[in-house]
Amino acid sequence: MTSERPAVVHVTCCPDGPFLVRGADVIRDEDGVDHATHRPVVAVCRCGKSTRKPWCDGMHKLLPRTPPTPRAATGE
Amino acid sequence: MRAPLPRGPVSAQVLSWLKGRVAPDVPHVRRLLQEPSADIICDEDRQLTLWTLYELHYTGFDDIGAGWEWSPECLAVRRVLETEFEHHMRASTRDTVRAVCARAGGVAERLFALVLEDDSPSLGRYIQRQADRSEAVEFLIHRSIYNLKEADAHTWAIPRLTGAAKVALVELQYDEYGTGNLDRLHSQMFADTLRACGLDSSVGAYIDEVPAVTLSLNNGLTMFGLHRRLTAAAMGHLAAFEASSSQPSRQVARGLRRLGFPEPAAAYFDEHVEADAVHEQVATRNICEVLVTQDPRRSEDVFFGAAAGIYLDARVAGYVLNAWATGRSALLPELPAPDVLGA
Repeated sequence: MTSERPAVVHVTCCPDGPFLVRGADVIRDEDGVDHATHRPVVAVCRCGKSTRKPWCDGMHKLLPRTPPTPRAATGE
Repeated sequence: MRAPLPRGPVSAQVLSWLKGRVAPDVPHVRRLLQEPSADIICDEDRQLTLWTLYELHYTGFDDIGAGWEWSPECLAVRRVLETEFEHHMRASTRDTVRAVCARAGGVAERLFALVLEDDSPSLGRYIQRQADRSEAVEFLIHRSIYNLKEADAHTWAIPRLTGAAKVALVELQYDEYGTGNLDRLHSQMFADTLRACGLDSSVGAYIDEVPAVTLSLNNGLTMFGLHRRLTAAAMGHLAAFEASSSQPSRQVARGLRRLGFPEPAAAYFDEHVEADAVHEQVATRNICEVLVTQDPRRSEDVFFGAAAGIYLDARVAGYVLNAWATGRSALLPELPAPDVLGA
Protein backbone atom coordinates (compact mmCIF):
# COMPACT_ATOMS: atom_id res chain seq x y z
CA MET A 1 0.00 0.00 0.00
CA THR A 2 1.22 3.51 -0.69
CA SER A 3 0.70 6.39 1.68
CA GLU A 4 -1.08 8.45 -0.97
CA ARG A 5 -4.64 9.31 -0.08
CA PRO A 6 -7.23 8.12 -2.56
CA ALA A 7 -8.29 10.99 -4.75
CA VAL A 8 -11.95 10.01 -4.83
CA VAL A 9 -14.37 8.37 -2.42
CA HIS A 10 -17.07 6.35 -4.14
CA VAL A 11 -20.41 5.90 -2.41
CA THR A 12 -22.98 3.51 -3.85
CA CYS A 13 -26.49 3.34 -2.47
CA CYS A 14 -27.73 -0.27 -2.49
CA PRO A 15 -31.53 -0.56 -2.91
CA ASP A 16 -33.01 -1.79 0.40
CA GLY A 17 -29.46 -2.03 1.70
CA PRO A 18 -26.42 -0.10 2.93
CA PHE A 19 -24.14 2.48 1.38
CA LEU A 20 -21.10 0.79 -0.13
CA VAL A 21 -18.16 3.13 0.42
CA ARG A 22 -14.88 2.72 -1.44
CA GLY A 23 -11.77 4.81 -0.84
CA ALA A 24 -12.64 6.23 2.60
CA ASP A 25 -10.19 6.02 5.51
CA VAL A 26 -12.68 7.01 8.18
CA ILE A 27 -16.46 7.01 8.63
CA ARG A 28 -17.66 9.63 11.14
CA ASP A 29 -20.91 8.59 12.84
CA GLU A 30 -23.78 10.83 13.99
CA ASP A 31 -22.14 11.36 17.40
CA GLY A 32 -18.96 12.61 15.73
CA VAL A 33 -17.02 9.46 16.52
CA ASP A 34 -14.53 8.40 13.86
CA HIS A 35 -14.43 4.75 12.76
CA ALA A 36 -11.42 3.70 10.71
CA THR A 37 -12.11 1.45 7.74
CA HIS A 38 -10.26 -1.88 7.67
CA ARG A 39 -11.33 -3.18 4.29
CA PRO A 40 -11.20 -1.89 0.72
CA VAL A 41 -14.96 -1.44 0.60
CA VAL A 42 -17.19 -0.94 3.63
CA ALA A 43 -20.97 -1.16 4.02
CA VAL A 44 -22.45 1.66 6.09
CA CYS A 45 -25.80 1.09 7.80
CA ARG A 46 -28.69 3.02 6.25
CA CYS A 47 -31.63 1.40 8.04
CA GLY A 48 -30.56 2.33 11.57
CA LYS A 49 -31.03 -1.20 12.92
CA SER A 50 -27.45 -2.47 12.74
CA THR A 51 -25.96 -3.92 15.92
CA ARG A 52 -22.49 -2.87 14.70
CA LYS A 53 -23.02 0.73 13.65
CA PRO A 54 -21.82 2.50 11.65
CA TRP A 55 -21.29 -0.75 9.74
CA CYS A 56 -24.10 -2.70 8.11
CA ASP A 57 -24.70 -6.13 9.62
CA GLY A 58 -27.50 -7.26 7.32
CA MET A 59 -30.30 -6.43 9.77
CA HIS A 60 -32.14 -4.47 7.05
CA LYS A 61 -33.08 -7.77 5.48
CA LEU A 62 -35.30 -8.55 8.46
CA LEU A 63 -37.25 -5.28 8.08
CA PRO A 64 -40.36 -4.78 5.98
CA ARG A 65 -39.34 -3.13 2.74
CA THR A 66 -40.20 0.50 2.10
CA PRO A 67 -41.31 1.37 -0.44
CA PRO A 68 -42.62 -2.05 -1.45
CA THR A 69 -40.87 -3.30 -4.57
CA PRO A 70 -42.78 -5.31 -7.14
CA ARG A 71 -41.83 -8.96 -6.91
CA ALA A 72 -43.26 -12.45 -6.82
CA ALA A 73 -44.58 -12.36 -10.37
CA THR A 74 -44.47 -16.04 -11.19
CA GLY A 75 -44.01 -16.06 -14.92
CA GLU A 76 -46.65 -16.93 -17.46
CA MET B 1 -2.13 -33.27 5.49
CA ARG B 2 -2.16 -37.07 5.29
CA ALA B 3 -4.54 -38.88 2.94
CA PRO B 4 -7.90 -39.75 4.50
CA LEU B 5 -9.01 -43.25 5.44
CA PRO B 6 -11.18 -44.96 2.79
CA ARG B 7 -14.91 -45.33 3.42
CA GLY B 8 -15.86 -48.03 0.91
CA PRO B 9 -14.69 -49.91 -2.20
CA VAL B 10 -14.32 -46.88 -4.50
CA SER B 11 -12.32 -44.72 -2.13
CA ALA B 12 -10.26 -47.79 -1.15
CA GLN B 13 -9.41 -48.41 -4.81
CA VAL B 14 -8.60 -44.80 -5.64
CA LEU B 15 -6.53 -44.27 -2.50
CA SER B 16 -4.59 -47.45 -3.38
CA TRP B 17 -3.74 -45.92 -6.76
CA LEU B 18 -2.72 -42.63 -5.23
CA LYS B 19 -0.45 -44.37 -2.75
CA GLY B 20 1.11 -46.44 -5.53
CA ARG B 21 -0.10 -49.77 -4.16
CA VAL B 22 -2.01 -50.87 -7.25
CA ALA B 23 -2.04 -49.71 -10.86
CA PRO B 24 -5.03 -47.55 -11.78
CA ASP B 25 -7.93 -49.56 -13.19
CA VAL B 26 -10.65 -47.19 -14.33
CA PRO B 27 -13.04 -49.84 -15.72
CA HIS B 28 -13.02 -51.56 -12.33
CA VAL B 29 -14.02 -48.33 -10.57
CA ARG B 30 -16.63 -47.61 -13.24
CA ARG B 31 -18.18 -51.01 -12.49
CA LEU B 32 -18.22 -50.19 -8.79
CA LEU B 33 -20.06 -46.99 -9.62
CA GLN B 34 -22.51 -48.53 -12.07
CA GLU B 35 -25.47 -48.58 -9.70
CA PRO B 36 -26.48 -45.02 -8.91
CA SER B 37 -26.19 -43.99 -5.29
CA ALA B 38 -29.36 -44.09 -3.18
CA ASP B 39 -28.45 -40.62 -1.91
CA ILE B 40 -25.21 -39.24 -3.25
CA ILE B 41 -25.17 -36.42 -0.70
CA CYS B 42 -24.84 -38.88 2.16
CA ASP B 43 -22.80 -41.48 0.23
CA GLU B 44 -19.63 -41.73 2.32
CA ASP B 45 -17.64 -43.64 -0.28
CA ARG B 46 -18.50 -41.39 -3.22
CA GLN B 47 -18.16 -38.04 -1.43
CA LEU B 48 -14.86 -39.01 0.19
CA THR B 49 -13.47 -40.16 -3.18
CA LEU B 50 -14.52 -36.91 -4.84
CA TRP B 51 -13.19 -34.84 -1.94
CA THR B 52 -9.84 -36.66 -2.15
CA LEU B 53 -9.57 -36.15 -5.91
CA TYR B 54 -10.48 -32.48 -5.50
CA GLU B 55 -7.96 -31.97 -2.71
CA LEU B 56 -5.24 -32.77 -5.26
CA HIS B 57 -6.08 -29.35 -6.80
CA TYR B 58 -5.68 -27.50 -3.50
CA THR B 59 -2.70 -28.18 -1.24
CA GLY B 60 -2.81 -31.97 -1.66
CA PHE B 61 -1.51 -34.66 0.67
CA ASP B 62 1.94 -35.23 2.15
CA ASP B 63 1.77 -38.93 1.28
CA ILE B 64 0.47 -38.59 -2.31
CA GLY B 65 2.52 -37.36 -5.27
CA ALA B 66 1.53 -34.03 -6.81
CA GLY B 67 1.60 -35.61 -10.28
CA TRP B 68 -1.75 -37.29 -9.63
CA GLU B 69 -3.56 -33.97 -9.96
CA TRP B 70 -3.88 -34.27 -13.75
CA SER B 71 -3.73 -38.04 -14.13
CA PRO B 72 -6.27 -39.17 -16.78
CA GLU B 73 -7.38 -42.01 -14.49
CA CYS B 74 -8.21 -39.64 -11.64
CA LEU B 75 -10.00 -37.27 -13.99
CA ALA B 76 -12.00 -40.18 -15.41
CA VAL B 77 -13.23 -41.24 -11.97
CA ARG B 78 -13.88 -37.62 -11.04
CA ARG B 79 -16.02 -37.23 -14.14
CA VAL B 80 -18.25 -40.21 -13.25
CA LEU B 81 -18.77 -38.92 -9.71
CA GLU B 82 -19.29 -35.33 -10.83
CA THR B 83 -21.89 -36.27 -13.43
CA GLU B 84 -23.98 -38.09 -10.85
CA PHE B 85 -23.52 -35.35 -8.24
CA GLU B 86 -24.34 -32.48 -10.61
CA HIS B 87 -27.39 -34.32 -11.88
CA HIS B 88 -28.59 -34.71 -8.29
CA MET B 89 -28.00 -31.03 -7.49
CA ARG B 90 -29.79 -29.88 -10.64
CA ALA B 91 -32.75 -32.20 -10.04
CA SER B 92 -33.03 -31.11 -6.40
CA THR B 93 -33.06 -27.40 -7.27
CA ARG B 94 -34.95 -27.50 -10.58
CA ASP B 95 -38.27 -26.15 -9.28
CA THR B 96 -36.61 -23.40 -7.26
CA VAL B 97 -34.45 -22.32 -10.20
CA ARG B 98 -37.43 -22.31 -12.57
CA ALA B 99 -39.46 -20.18 -10.19
CA VAL B 100 -36.70 -17.65 -9.57
CA CYS B 101 -35.90 -17.39 -13.30
CA ALA B 102 -39.56 -16.64 -14.03
CA ARG B 103 -39.79 -14.00 -11.35
CA ALA B 104 -39.69 -10.24 -11.99
CA GLY B 105 -36.92 -8.08 -10.56
CA GLY B 106 -33.17 -7.68 -10.79
CA VAL B 107 -30.68 -10.51 -10.28
CA ALA B 108 -29.47 -9.16 -6.92
CA GLU B 109 -32.99 -8.72 -5.61
CA ARG B 110 -33.96 -12.24 -6.64
CA LEU B 111 -30.81 -13.72 -5.08
CA PHE B 112 -31.59 -12.01 -1.77
CA ALA B 113 -35.20 -13.25 -1.97
CA LEU B 114 -34.00 -16.81 -2.62
CA VAL B 115 -31.90 -16.74 0.54
CA LEU B 116 -34.57 -15.02 2.63
CA GLU B 117 -37.25 -17.52 1.63
CA ASP B 118 -35.15 -20.52 2.61
CA ASP B 119 -36.97 -21.94 5.60
CA SER B 120 -34.68 -24.87 6.36
CA PRO B 121 -33.59 -25.39 9.97
CA SER B 122 -30.95 -22.97 11.20
CA LEU B 123 -27.71 -24.22 12.73
CA GLY B 124 -26.84 -20.64 13.73
CA ARG B 125 -29.98 -20.25 15.81
CA TYR B 126 -29.37 -23.59 17.52
CA ILE B 127 -25.76 -22.68 18.36
CA GLN B 128 -26.89 -19.31 19.69
CA ARG B 129 -29.62 -20.63 21.98
CA GLN B 130 -29.37 -24.33 22.69
CA ALA B 131 -26.09 -25.98 21.81
CA ASP B 132 -23.92 -27.38 24.56
CA ARG B 133 -20.13 -27.17 24.41
CA SER B 134 -19.62 -30.51 22.71
CA GLU B 135 -22.19 -29.62 20.02
CA ALA B 136 -20.48 -26.26 19.44
CA VAL B 137 -17.16 -28.08 19.07
CA GLU B 138 -18.71 -30.50 16.57
CA PHE B 139 -20.10 -27.55 14.63
CA LEU B 140 -16.61 -26.01 14.38
CA ILE B 141 -15.18 -29.35 13.23
CA HIS B 142 -17.77 -29.55 10.43
CA ARG B 143 -16.98 -25.98 9.44
CA SER B 144 -13.21 -26.57 9.53
CA ILE B 145 -13.25 -28.55 6.28
CA TYR B 146 -14.27 -25.45 4.34
CA ASN B 147 -13.13 -22.60 6.54
CA LEU B 148 -9.46 -23.62 6.64
CA LYS B 149 -9.38 -23.04 2.88
CA GLU B 150 -11.99 -20.34 2.90
CA ALA B 151 -12.54 -18.49 -0.38
CA ASP B 152 -10.08 -20.61 -2.39
CA ALA B 153 -12.63 -22.32 -4.64
CA HIS B 154 -14.17 -19.02 -5.73
CA THR B 155 -10.72 -17.69 -6.64
CA TRP B 156 -10.64 -20.13 -9.57
CA ALA B 157 -13.31 -17.95 -11.21
CA ILE B 158 -11.07 -14.89 -11.44
CA PRO B 159 -9.34 -15.67 -14.76
CA ARG B 160 -12.69 -16.73 -16.23
CA LEU B 161 -14.42 -13.42 -15.54
CA THR B 162 -13.96 -10.21 -17.49
CA GLY B 163 -14.34 -6.50 -16.87
CA ALA B 164 -16.38 -5.20 -13.93
CA ALA B 165 -17.26 -8.68 -12.60
CA LYS B 166 -13.56 -9.56 -12.40
CA VAL B 167 -12.72 -6.31 -10.60
CA ALA B 168 -15.49 -6.95 -8.09
CA LEU B 169 -14.49 -10.56 -7.38
CA VAL B 170 -10.88 -9.57 -6.80
CA GLU B 171 -12.01 -6.79 -4.47
CA LEU B 172 -14.07 -9.30 -2.49
CA GLN B 173 -11.35 -11.96 -2.43
CA TYR B 174 -8.72 -9.43 -1.33
CA ASP B 175 -10.83 -8.90 1.78
CA GLU B 176 -11.24 -12.68 2.27
CA TYR B 177 -7.46 -13.00 2.04
CA GLY B 178 -6.81 -10.42 4.74
CA THR B 179 -6.16 -7.21 2.73
CA GLY B 180 -2.42 -7.79 2.97
CA ASN B 181 -2.54 -8.74 6.64
CA LEU B 182 -1.98 -12.36 7.73
CA ASP B 183 -3.94 -11.85 10.95
CA ARG B 184 -7.01 -10.97 8.91
CA LEU B 185 -6.74 -13.85 6.44
CA HIS B 186 -10.11 -15.51 7.01
CA SER B 187 -8.78 -19.06 6.97
CA GLN B 188 -6.14 -17.96 9.49
CA MET B 189 -8.82 -16.36 11.67
CA PHE B 190 -10.74 -19.63 11.62
CA ALA B 191 -7.58 -21.51 12.63
CA ASP B 192 -7.33 -19.07 15.58
CA THR B 193 -10.95 -19.88 16.49
CA LEU B 194 -10.21 -23.61 16.45
CA ARG B 195 -7.15 -23.20 18.67
CA ALA B 196 -9.06 -20.96 21.08
CA CYS B 197 -11.57 -23.79 21.47
CA GLY B 198 -8.83 -26.36 22.08
CA LEU B 199 -9.08 -27.91 18.61
CA ASP B 200 -6.43 -28.89 16.07
CA SER B 201 -6.13 -26.13 13.46
CA SER B 202 -4.08 -28.02 10.89
CA VAL B 203 -5.76 -28.58 7.52
CA GLY B 204 -7.42 -31.98 7.27
CA ALA B 205 -7.03 -32.80 10.98
CA TYR B 206 -10.67 -33.89 11.19
CA ILE B 207 -11.25 -35.27 7.73
CA ASP B 208 -11.85 -38.82 8.98
CA GLU B 209 -14.52 -37.63 11.41
CA VAL B 210 -16.63 -35.54 9.07
CA PRO B 211 -19.60 -37.24 7.36
CA ALA B 212 -20.30 -37.25 3.62
CA VAL B 213 -22.95 -34.54 3.83
CA THR B 214 -20.36 -31.98 4.92
CA LEU B 215 -17.92 -33.19 2.27
CA SER B 216 -20.72 -32.73 -0.30
CA LEU B 217 -21.00 -29.05 0.64
CA ASN B 218 -17.29 -28.65 -0.08
CA ASN B 219 -17.40 -30.81 -3.19
CA GLY B 220 -20.26 -28.81 -4.70
CA LEU B 221 -18.31 -25.62 -4.29
CA THR B 222 -15.09 -27.13 -5.65
CA MET B 223 -16.95 -28.51 -8.66
CA PHE B 224 -18.29 -25.05 -9.48
CA GLY B 225 -14.86 -23.52 -9.00
CA LEU B 226 -12.88 -26.01 -11.08
CA HIS B 227 -15.14 -26.11 -14.15
CA ARG B 228 -15.13 -23.05 -16.38
CA ARG B 229 -18.57 -24.01 -17.72
CA LEU B 230 -19.88 -23.62 -14.15
CA THR B 231 -18.35 -20.19 -13.44
CA ALA B 232 -21.76 -18.50 -13.28
CA ALA B 233 -22.90 -21.17 -10.81
CA ALA B 234 -19.78 -20.54 -8.72
CA MET B 235 -20.65 -16.85 -8.55
CA GLY B 236 -24.30 -17.55 -7.74
CA HIS B 237 -23.07 -19.86 -5.01
CA LEU B 238 -20.78 -17.12 -3.70
CA ALA B 239 -23.68 -14.64 -3.63
CA ALA B 240 -25.98 -17.00 -1.73
CA PHE B 241 -23.16 -17.95 0.60
CA GLU B 242 -22.38 -14.33 1.48
CA ALA B 243 -26.05 -13.35 1.68
CA SER B 244 -26.77 -16.11 4.18
CA SER B 245 -23.79 -15.46 6.44
CA SER B 246 -24.13 -12.26 8.49
CA GLN B 247 -27.05 -13.36 10.62
CA PRO B 248 -25.84 -16.92 11.36
CA SER B 249 -22.37 -15.54 12.12
CA ARG B 250 -23.89 -13.18 14.68
CA GLN B 251 -25.81 -16.09 16.19
CA VAL B 252 -22.75 -18.34 16.38
CA ALA B 253 -20.65 -15.57 17.97
CA ARG B 254 -23.35 -15.15 20.63
CA GLY B 255 -23.54 -18.90 21.17
CA LEU B 256 -19.77 -19.26 21.65
CA ARG B 257 -19.81 -16.39 24.18
CA ARG B 258 -22.83 -17.89 25.97
CA LEU B 259 -20.92 -21.16 26.31
CA GLY B 260 -17.90 -19.37 27.76
CA PHE B 261 -15.40 -20.07 24.99
CA PRO B 262 -12.44 -17.66 25.10
CA GLU B 263 -13.01 -14.34 23.34
CA PRO B 264 -10.78 -15.09 20.28
CA ALA B 265 -13.13 -17.97 19.45
CA ALA B 266 -15.89 -15.57 18.45
CA ALA B 267 -13.65 -13.08 16.60
CA TYR B 268 -13.91 -14.98 13.32
CA PHE B 269 -17.70 -14.85 13.48
CA ASP B 270 -17.74 -11.16 14.48
CA GLU B 271 -15.62 -10.41 11.44
CA HIS B 272 -18.07 -12.28 9.22
CA VAL B 273 -21.09 -10.34 10.45
CA GLU B 274 -19.45 -7.21 9.10
CA ALA B 275 -17.46 -8.56 6.15
CA ASP B 276 -20.33 -10.53 4.68
CA ALA B 277 -22.70 -7.56 4.89
CA VAL B 278 -20.27 -5.97 2.42
CA HIS B 279 -19.58 -9.10 0.41
CA GLU B 280 -23.25 -9.93 -0.15
CA GLN B 281 -23.75 -6.57 -1.86
CA VAL B 282 -20.60 -6.93 -3.96
CA ALA B 283 -21.36 -10.54 -4.91
CA THR B 284 -25.02 -9.99 -5.84
CA ARG B 285 -24.76 -6.57 -7.50
CA ASN B 286 -21.21 -6.15 -8.75
CA ILE B 287 -20.59 -9.77 -9.73
CA CYS B 288 -23.83 -11.69 -10.46
CA GLU B 289 -25.87 -8.77 -11.77
CA VAL B 290 -22.96 -7.75 -14.00
CA LEU B 291 -22.38 -11.32 -15.23
CA VAL B 292 -25.98 -11.61 -16.35
CA THR B 293 -25.89 -8.17 -17.98
CA GLN B 294 -22.76 -9.25 -19.87
CA ASP B 295 -24.50 -12.44 -21.00
CA PRO B 296 -28.17 -13.07 -20.10
CA ARG B 297 -27.75 -16.81 -20.77
CA ARG B 298 -25.84 -17.02 -17.52
CA SER B 299 -28.82 -16.17 -15.32
CA GLU B 300 -30.07 -19.74 -14.97
CA ASP B 301 -26.66 -20.98 -13.81
CA VAL B 302 -26.26 -18.05 -11.39
CA PHE B 303 -29.53 -19.09 -9.75
CA PHE B 304 -28.62 -22.78 -9.95
CA GLY B 305 -25.37 -22.12 -8.07
CA ALA B 306 -27.22 -20.12 -5.43
CA ALA B 307 -29.98 -22.72 -5.05
CA ALA B 308 -27.47 -25.58 -4.91
CA GLY B 309 -25.50 -23.81 -2.17
CA ILE B 310 -28.68 -23.29 -0.16
CA TYR B 311 -29.71 -26.92 -0.77
CA LEU B 312 -26.39 -28.39 0.39
CA ASP B 313 -26.30 -26.09 3.39
CA ALA B 314 -29.79 -27.25 4.36
CA ARG B 315 -28.77 -30.89 4.00
CA VAL B 316 -25.85 -30.33 6.40
CA ALA B 317 -28.01 -28.45 8.92
CA GLY B 318 -30.71 -31.14 8.72
CA TYR B 319 -28.20 -33.93 9.28
CA VAL B 320 -26.42 -32.24 12.17
CA LEU B 321 -29.55 -31.05 13.98
CA ASN B 322 -31.21 -34.42 13.54
CA ALA B 323 -28.21 -36.20 15.06
CA TRP B 324 -28.17 -33.86 18.04
CA ALA B 325 -31.95 -34.05 18.49
CA THR B 326 -31.67 -37.82 18.88
CA GLY B 327 -28.76 -37.58 21.28
CA ARG B 328 -26.13 -38.70 18.79
CA SER B 329 -22.88 -37.16 17.64
CA ALA B 330 -22.97 -35.45 14.22
CA LEU B 331 -19.47 -36.79 13.54
CA LEU B 332 -18.54 -40.23 12.24
CA PRO B 333 -17.68 -43.11 14.53
CA GLU B 334 -14.06 -44.24 14.18
CA LEU B 335 -13.44 -45.53 10.64
CA PRO B 336 -12.16 -49.08 10.08
CA ALA B 337 -8.48 -49.56 9.26
CA PRO B 338 -7.69 -49.38 5.52
CA ASP B 339 -6.87 -53.10 5.18
CA VAL B 340 -10.45 -54.01 6.09
CA LEU B 341 -11.50 -52.28 2.88
CA GLY B 342 -8.66 -53.75 0.87
CA ALA B 343 -6.80 -50.45 0.49
